[in-house]
Amino acid sequence: MIRLLKYMKWWYWLFVLAMVGIVYQQVSFDLSIPEYIGNIIQLVGIGASTGISQTNDILIEGLKMLAVAMGSIALTTVVGLIAARIGAGLSRNIRQELYQRVDEFSMKEMNDFSTASLITRSTNDITQVQMAVIFTLRMAITAPIMAIKGITKITGISDEMSLVVAIAIVLIMVMISVIFINVLPRFRKIQDLTDDLNLVTRENITGIRVIRAFNSEDYEEEKFDGVNSSLTRTNLEVNFAMAFMMPGMQLVMNGVNLTIIWLGAILIGNLTLGSTPFEGLALETQFVTYANMIIMSFMMLIMLFIMVPRAQVSGKRINEVLKKTISVKDKNQTSDIILADKGVPIVEFENVNFNYDGANENVLDDINLKIYQGETVAVIGSTGSGKSTLINLIPRFFDVTNGSLKIHGDDIRNYSQEDLHNLIGYVPQSGTLFSGTVRSNVKIGKDSATDEEIYEALEIAQASEFVNTLEDGLDANIAQGGKNFSGGQKQRLSIARAIVRQPEIYIFDDSFSALDYKTDKLLRKELNEKLPSATKFIVAQRIGTIIKADKIVVLEKGKIACVGTHGELLDSCDVYKEIALSQLSEEEIKHGK
Amino acid sequence: MANRDRKTPPNQGRPGGPRGPMGGSMIVEKPKNFKESMKNLLKYIRKYNVLMGIAIIFAMGGTIFNIVGPKLLGNMTNEVQIAVFANMPINLDKVASIAVLLIVLYILSYFFTLAQGFIMNIVTQRISKKLRTDISSKINRLPLNYFDTRSYGDVLSIVTNDVDAIGQTLNRSLASLITSVTSIVGVIIMMLTINVLLAVLVVLLVPLSMVLMMTIMKFSQKHFRVYQNGLGAMNGHIEEIYSGHNVIKVFNANRKAKQEFNELNQKLYEGSWKSQFFSGLMMPVMSLTGNISYLVVGVVGGILAVSGKILIGGIQSMLSYVTRLSQPLMQIAQSMNQLQSTAAAAERVFSFLEAEELSDEEDIISNVNLSSGNIEFSHVKFGYVEDKIIINDFNVNIKDGQKIAIVGPTGAGKTTIVNLLMRFYELNSGDILINGVSTKQIKRQDVHSLFGMVLQDAWLFKGTIKENLTYGNPNVTMEEVVNACKISNVHHFIESLPGSYDMVIDEDSSISQGQKQLLTIARATIANPPMLILDEATSNVDTRTEILIQKAMDALMKGRTTFIIAHRLSTIKNADLILVMKDGDVIETGNHEELLQKHGFYAELYNSQFDTIDE
Repeated sequence: MIRLLKYMKWWYWLFVLAMVGIVYQQVSFDLSIPEYIGNIIQLVGIGASTGISQTNDILIEGLKMLAVAMGSIALTTVVGLIAARIGAGLSRNIRQELYQRVDEFSMKEMNDFSTASLITRSTNDITQVQMAVIFTLRMAITAPIMAIKGITKITGISDEMSLVVAIAIVLIMVMISVIFINVLPRFRKIQDLTDDLNLVTRENITGIRVIRAFNSEDYEEEKFDGVNSSLTRTNLEVNFAMAFMMPGMQLVMNGVNLTIIWLGAILIGNLTLGSTPFEGLALETQFVTYANMIIMSFMMLIMLFIMVPRAQVSGKRINEVLKKTISVKDKNQTSDIILADKGVPIVEFENVNFNYDGANENVLDDINLKIYQGETVAVIGSTGSGKSTLINLIPRFFDVTNGSLKIHGDDIRNYSQEDLHNLIGYVPQSGTLFSGTVRSNVKIGKDSATDEEIYEALEIAQASEFVNTLEDGLDANIAQGGKNFSGGQKQRLSIARAIVRQPEIYIFDDSFSALDYKTDKLLRKELNEKLPSATKFIVAQRIGTIIKADKIVVLEKGKIACVGTHGELLDSCDVYKEIALSQLSEEEIKHGK
Repeated sequence: MANRDRKTPPNQGRPGGPRGPMGGSMIVEKPKNFKESMKNLLKYIRKYNVLMGIAIIFAMGGTIFNIVGPKLLGNMTNEVQIAVFANMPINLDKVASIAVLLIVLYILSYFFTLAQGFIMNIVTQRISKKLRTDISSKINRLPLNYFDTRSYGDVLSIVTNDVDAIGQTLNRSLASLITSVTSIVGVIIMMLTINVLLAVLVVLLVPLSMVLMMTIMKFSQKHFRVYQNGLGAMNGHIEEIYSGHNVIKVFNANRKAKQEFNELNQKLYEGSWKSQFFSGLMMPVMSLTGNISYLVVGVVGGILAVSGKILIGGIQSMLSYVTRLSQPLMQIAQSMNQLQSTAAAAERVFSFLEAEELSDEEDIISNVNLSSGNIEFSHVKFGYVEDKIIINDFNVNIKDGQKIAIVGPTGAGKTTIVNLLMRFYELNSGDILINGVSTKQIKRQDVHSLFGMVLQDAWLFKGTIKENLTYGNPNVTMEEVVNACKISNVHHFIESLPGSYDMVIDEDSSISQGQKQLLTIARATIANPPMLILDEATSNVDTRTEILIQKAMDALMKGRTTFIIAHRLSTIKNADLILVMKDGDVIETGNHEELLQKHGFYAELYNSQFDTIDE
């Protein structure tokens, strides 16, 4: 948490310094109010004993008190303003820093944290930190000042009374500590149980067909009942413990007031409090108020000790992101991409190895491939064979561990990422869309694209038909994550987004999986006819999708098992034949050959 | 790989989520119908009428004993003053007796308040538990189409967030409403007994503080709304950009996204500090009115005291009461707000609990002949939505032991047939007959027990492998389980796992999709139903596992009437009957040869899928 403070701009610290001064003054104001009340009591005493009206003097004391009170409120407002702005400002700066960091992350860092976790860190955790900062700014400055000033006010008045206050503080601290030591681990447990409750409920809903098919509704309800009971029990325990808090604090505060006044009566009787009985009464009244303030400030401090560690967890999680080293970076000096001659492969894998750091086994092992301009390269293999990783190396989502990946004859790490990405049209598997319109989404591919270009891209991507049926056409609204479009539609729009870019290299990461066979076929035909000079990488599960590729790369456990055309592989490659046979009959495979 | 951070759905977009340390959240979600919602909630509370009554008495008692305090404390001081005026020694015995009385009252107050807290805790937790139980059993009584139109996140949020909100706010707001009202009335009465003039003056100041409070609340609510919206927009943006990180990166779109982020961030900053600031104003402003009352009591009381109309102890008590007046006022305002959110949450809970359920089948006497598996679809008409019929008039006769392949492009509604067979949905008209008996004449449960299902999503729950396998059939012996697993080609895999049949499966356990599918096949084998529904789709399954699955399915199908959502050509070709679906409707039926000769949709589909040469 402390480390996050470096995102305070230097002038924030000036404001914090100013706050200390302002709070000091405000506390002084607050502490002087009981003095005026004391003065009034003394004036009453004078009036009563001398019989001379003290109305004017009392009024003057009253007005002074009001002025001081107003002053205190004005200062509190200023403090609140500064605290709110610093807290909000700090969280804005951290959020920006965090976003910037994540923006630079490669796929490796994204996977290390998981997207969901990064989202929580950038939203909830920052809110937690902001709340804690505002709270701390107000309490951590006010409480000690109030406690110290209050204590100096009461010292010397009466040792006996001071002792009462000290005992009360110890009592409250013990009480709150005991309660929270009991409660805090249970909070954690409640969170876990809530997760369990969610899990059981989610299973019940996602598996509703199976549950009904097996007539096991009762079994599910029993399971839910178990978690529900534990959750209720833990909630009860927590609330029972918390129920002691309020009445307990009240009891201590009441006890303090009672004891001081009782003691006061005895001390005034002994004439050991104040030089006159009225001064004694005035002092006693002041003492009660100060005592309450001091106890209050200690309670604030205790709250701080409870609040801050909880935000600390959030702070730590944010820091983990900020401290994360980024694995894919631009070199200080990048070279321009010089288009290679005809005979040079446009993409070349040269002894490429890849593994996640710490892993013993290579995800990709000794990959050697030469791909020339205009070729269609299909990558196939079972799950976990490394096919997605292979193509993810091309846009530098990851960097190779050993070996070299060259585009236009030079290692891609020599180019800037921006230049490299400009060569590539990438289509992810899930068809990622962003909130906005159809147009704004396709335009991500090329900011300056005209409607004509957009329509052309949609046409090739087999998307123009359904876009035209949308009421607003290109301006049709796309909800967050493209929720209002089907999987196949999302894939086609994502393909259009890549096409409008007119890149040299296309990467289709299983991008046809949600399309029906007919659309799949038409789309591939269009791609071949309209974009003959582009180099295409296709990862696919279906043999039908890749049967016509110029090069089919068959991966097995991270190694290239065979490379060739469909016909060649059927004769020479057992792995390929096995995959093909699992999808097509002997007869159809021959037909394809 | 599911992440722990997000197992529980965040309270997104719903106000009252993040609670600030400064006196709780200021924005309140309004229910559509407060009264109705509260009436529903009262039905749950009614069971605890007696307990609640006791809690209320305790709450009032605890408050009253506490409120007598300042007056008695004042009396102690008065004893001192009287003695001083009379120049007599202070009557310490009397002081002590008052003090003892106070000690007794304070301790009573402590126990009363504590008891009140305990009782309210028990009541609200029981109500929350009951609500959750009701929701859980409701899920199993709802027709499936209820979930077609809602995301399960909504239901999850009702079980956790909304019930939680009800429990917490009910506990706090009811108790504090009672104590606050008692407090205000009590304080005013006590003040009147001390000095009428002062009491009236102080009470006259109450509306002033109310007005001030309302104004600030209105202001801060406005800014809180800006803040909440800003937070929502920001979270949405972050979620989208992070999830699309790859795409953003490779299209060099980060600059634009960042620009948008910066704008949102600045907006959020504005809303954030303003809402914090205004809600933080509440305290000083309330202390302003408190101070004015303080001043009035101090000055007027002081003047009165000179003429002996009030004793100093009286002023002391009055001052103490003044501070006790503004707090309950604030609490009442807060409790009212909380009750509003309670009502809003309760509204969602009850609208779920009141949703229409599956029809009651108490009076159906099932009598189905299980000796064979003949099924007849007779003039079946069906639509998920009343006015959108997708199956118009479907007729087919299926004989015992036949294999029926259901084919069609993605989204053609292949699962509709499954849904109708299982009676997950009711037909609009027509009938499905099993061995000549209409499924309407058979209890849903009995229909279900006729079929075994192996679906694509391979649903397993958190529990041991054995629990998952014997699901719905707890009396199976271990021997039968092992046998079924051997037939389903999954025994070896299970044996290789740590703990084998007793290994707990959860989200983190590394069981592949294909292995999960094998487990569900074994599960169906153990259930041993007369008929089967299989989904062949095997995406994300490697070739070898796929062959195992295929063999296991073949073993399972032997001798059973089977419906297969078919993807494999061999299955389709060997099927006794193929149902070709498009846009939800069954458009062609027949076997492979017959359908090819028709040169219809099936022929086209077949050709586009497998013919790749001639273009």
